[in-house]
Amino acid sequence: MTDANQQMVEQYRNNFLREVEDNVEEGGWVKMCMQCGVCSGSCPLGPHWDHPPQELFMMIRAGKRDEVLQSSSMWMCTSCYNCIVRCPRELPITHIMHGLAHYAKRLGIAPKNQPTHKFAQLFWNNLTKTGRVNELKLGLALYFMNGISEGIKTSLKMKDVGLGMMMTKRLSPMELIGGHKCKDTSGLQAILKKAEELEAARIPVAGK
Amino acid sequence: MSDEIKVGAYICKGCGLGDRLDCGQLATIAEREGKANLVREHDFLCNAEGVAMIQNDIDNEGVNKVMIAACSRRSKNDAFNFDNVAISRGNLREGVIWTRPDTDEARETTQEMAADYVRMGCQEIKYMALPHANEEAASNNNLLIAGGGIAGMTAAIEAAAAGYPVTIVEKSGQLGGGAAFEYKRIPESAPYAELEDNGVAGMVAKIEGDSKITVHLNSTITKTSGAPGRFSADISTESGSTSTGNFGAIIMASGARNYDANQLPELGYGKTPDVVDQTGLEKLAVEANGGPIKRPSDGKVVENVVFVQCAGQRSTQEGHLPYCSGHCCLTSIKQAMYFKDQNPEVDTNIIYTDLRTPGAGGEDFYRSGQQKGITFTKGTVSEVTAGSNGPEVKFNDLILDQEVNESADLVVLATGQIPNSGVDVDAPEPEEGAPEVSVDSILNLTYRQGKDLPHLKYGFNDSHFICFPYETRRTGIYSAGPVRRPMDMAQAKEDATGAALKAIQALENAKLGRAAHPRSGDLSFPNFRKEGCTQCKRCTVECPFGAIDEDEERYPQFNEARCRRCGTCMGACPVRVISFDNYSVETVGQQLKNVDMPDEFDEKPRILVLACENDAYPALDMAAQNGNHYSPYARVIPVRCLGSVNTIWVTDALNSGYDGIVLMGCQKGENYQCHFVKGSEIAHTRMSKIDDTLESLSLEKERVATYEVAITDIERAPQLINDMAETVEKVGMSPFKF
Repeated sequence: MTDANQQMVEQYRNNFLREVEDNVEEGGWVKMCMQCGVCSGSCPLGPHWDHPPQELFMMIRAGKRDEVLQSSSMWMCTSCYNCIVRCPRELPITHIMHGLAHYAKRLGIAPKNQPTHKFAQLFWNNLTKTGRVNELKLGLALYFMNGISEGIKTSLKMKDVGLGMMMTKRLSPMELIGGHKCKDTSGLQAILKKAEELEAARIPVAGK
Repeated sequence: MSDEIKVGAYICKGCGLGDRLDCGQLATIAEREGKANLVREHDFLCNAEGVAMIQNDIDNEGVNKVMIAACSRRSKNDAFNFDNVAISRGNLREGVIWTRPDTDEARETTQEMAADYVRMGCQEIKYMALPHANEEAASNNNLLIAGGGIAGMTAAIEAAAAGYPVTIVEKSGQLGGGAAFEYKRIPESAPYAELEDNGVAGMVAKIEGDSKITVHLNSTITKTSGAPGRFSADISTESGSTSTGNFGAIIMASGARNYDANQLPELGYGKTPDVVDQTGLEKLAVEANGGPIKRPSDGKVVENVVFVQCAGQRSTQEGHLPYCSGHCCLTSIKQAMYFKDQNPEVDTNIIYTDLRTPGAGGEDFYRSGQQKGITFTKGTVSEVTAGSNGPEVKFNDLILDQEVNESADLVVLATGQIPNSGVDVDAPEPEEGAPEVSVDSILNLTYRQGKDLPHLKYGFNDSHFICFPYETRRTGIYSAGPVRRPMDMAQAKEDATGAALKAIQALENAKLGRAAHPRSGDLSFPNFRKEGCTQCKRCTVECPFGAIDEDEERYPQFNEARCRRCGTCMGACPVRVISFDNYSVETVGQQLKNVDMPDEFDEKPRILVLACENDAYPALDMAAQNGNHYSPYARVIPVRCLGSVNTIWVTDALNSGYDGIVLMGCQKGENYQCHFVKGSEIAHTRMSKIDDTLESLSLEKERVATYEVAITDIERAPQLINDMAETVEKVGMSPFKF
């Protein structure tokens, strides 16, 4: 398959909308948006988005493929579900936001330095390794996400909290070596591999 | 029954009247001052026993005029409903005890108020006669319908189904109007998702198979005269032959025509055949007949179509329509479905500024359009040009805030509807030298006030959208369909059904000599004393319903069946020769002259309130029910319409020593609430000239105030009375108290 980015997307044609419908979770709902703007007005982080949900839906209909998929907007969603509750057309907006983010990620065109994007990857890596979240490692990985010096600074700042948690047995330093895991790690890896295969068969991935 | 007048006055003591008022004193007043022949008090007048008491007096004591001093005339109408006697009501409950506080200091003024209402009731009844049915009553069951489109056909089918013979006059050579040329129609039944056949053929078959319906094609109405129950119409064919028919009522369903898209060169119309209006697209769809729609220029199958909403409408630009035509958003969705249903791969983009999908199924239909993949873009189109591969649409996307150039195979302009409402009878005389515009009249009425139904604005027939949508300003003639306001087929059908039933009601009322809306069932009608008439023509000009023509001797000629009984003619007449049996210059004039007028130094002013019985009077009643009090010096007299207020009442009141006069009518102007359309407006004009009268009496002009009051003004209406009381306190008492 050719690079999806190179595909000719015509404006205000249904091409990109169809692509979204086929590949994005709950993408079939995008066409039902009536542009009332209630979602954008209800979003607690709305002012910080480049394109609030209503605008993203119109961009999809206008065929702005790159701008939508490379946008950091849907990564801003905190899943508060305010928009879903309030949408008069009952669009599952939160799910569509995550669906769009996921699709962009699979295509490899999600914004690289978007913090939510980065943390999501850290979380996934951490979780899939043992089948259990290793909180100590996840926390440290988060501190050092943006480089060593910032990592040390943050670690020092948070040390009292960490020690406190250790004292009350909420955190074990032993987690640094190995850590707890689920009963059958290789079984879990097999499940994940299969799931990935199934998804790849369903949704084409850029460059593969 | 003998001609002798015998007045029975009945004073109720129920609802707290007996506790708050000295009813014995009121009875004495009715007897001594009111000169009632028979006076009775009752503890609970509206109960079976009280009503039986009155009925007994009517049957056995010869009482033929009944004055009931109890609650408002708007209450207990069922109980106080006696045949063959005139009835007047003194409003002691809402008008007195409920508008006053129950305190010792208020007791005296409250009693004075009640006493005056008893005096007024006795005077009113003395001058009231029992109305007798209109002698002009005529019986004719035939309905005439102008226009054979969806509205006209629906009205015909509905009226025929109700058993009334119908005649349709259609200008063109076939029934169906514009709808006959539509490929499919917007769905009219749940789930409002899929297009339906236009249904015209079925309606035509129904009409052709109905022996009660006569159709005149290629015909127009060249003359209409008469009144409800006895209309006469000349129906002329294109070839020139004319036949005359008699009808009981008329429905005008002359529909609408398309806005001329040639006036929109900026949107590419006329520059390329690939820019069409909605009618043009219907033609293409009919030609395609379910196959792929091809564009007119080269026959290429359309793969991409753009719909431009509000083309030449909802715009203040000259030559554009200022209003929304109501159906075009739905129609564009429908037309986009022509493409999507045939091939879902066709791109359809509807560019709108406000998507409006009225009607029960509108929103569902919009959703269905979205489900089918129609793109809806909020934007404004600035230009359509003829590109090399097809028209190019330049628009501003209002959500994404960007200028876009989109190329399409076909562009459809959603232009609006213009009503076929005939001659504008209120249009000012054209200026000298101005180009003459000839407009074909639809009805060619022989009425003094013009050939067609008066317009409200933009050429649409005048009717009250919410309260009485089908009533026009010509009694017995009803308008339905897009001639009344812009609408689609489903709405036109609903409209036509309503108008048909109203027309039937009108002709049935005409048979009995009764008024139609809004004083439905009223038997009174204007009596005219010809000897006194000065031929000033004010009544013929001011009648909001064109009921009064002129005879050969130039006297007004009343067409009682056309009359709505508002009394505007009575208010207009400077020599006061027009009256109704139960409502006249005297019935009101004697009431206001017979209140007890305290001495100038008594510090008890008197304020006359003339309140419209449709809105202002109920508002005051409701104010009382809500415990909103007002000045005890006010004396309220209901009037049929503020338009019926004759300036003599104001002059008489000032001469009798009233200190202030408040007139309350309905909202006037474009968004009028007046039941008689123009009554309130005319009254306001009339009263604006009352200053001269005040000046000649050396009185302050603040003493007379005219207001527009709505039925919901239950706080404002009493406040207006109190304001006048304050004004009187400021300018002082009237010196005319004798």
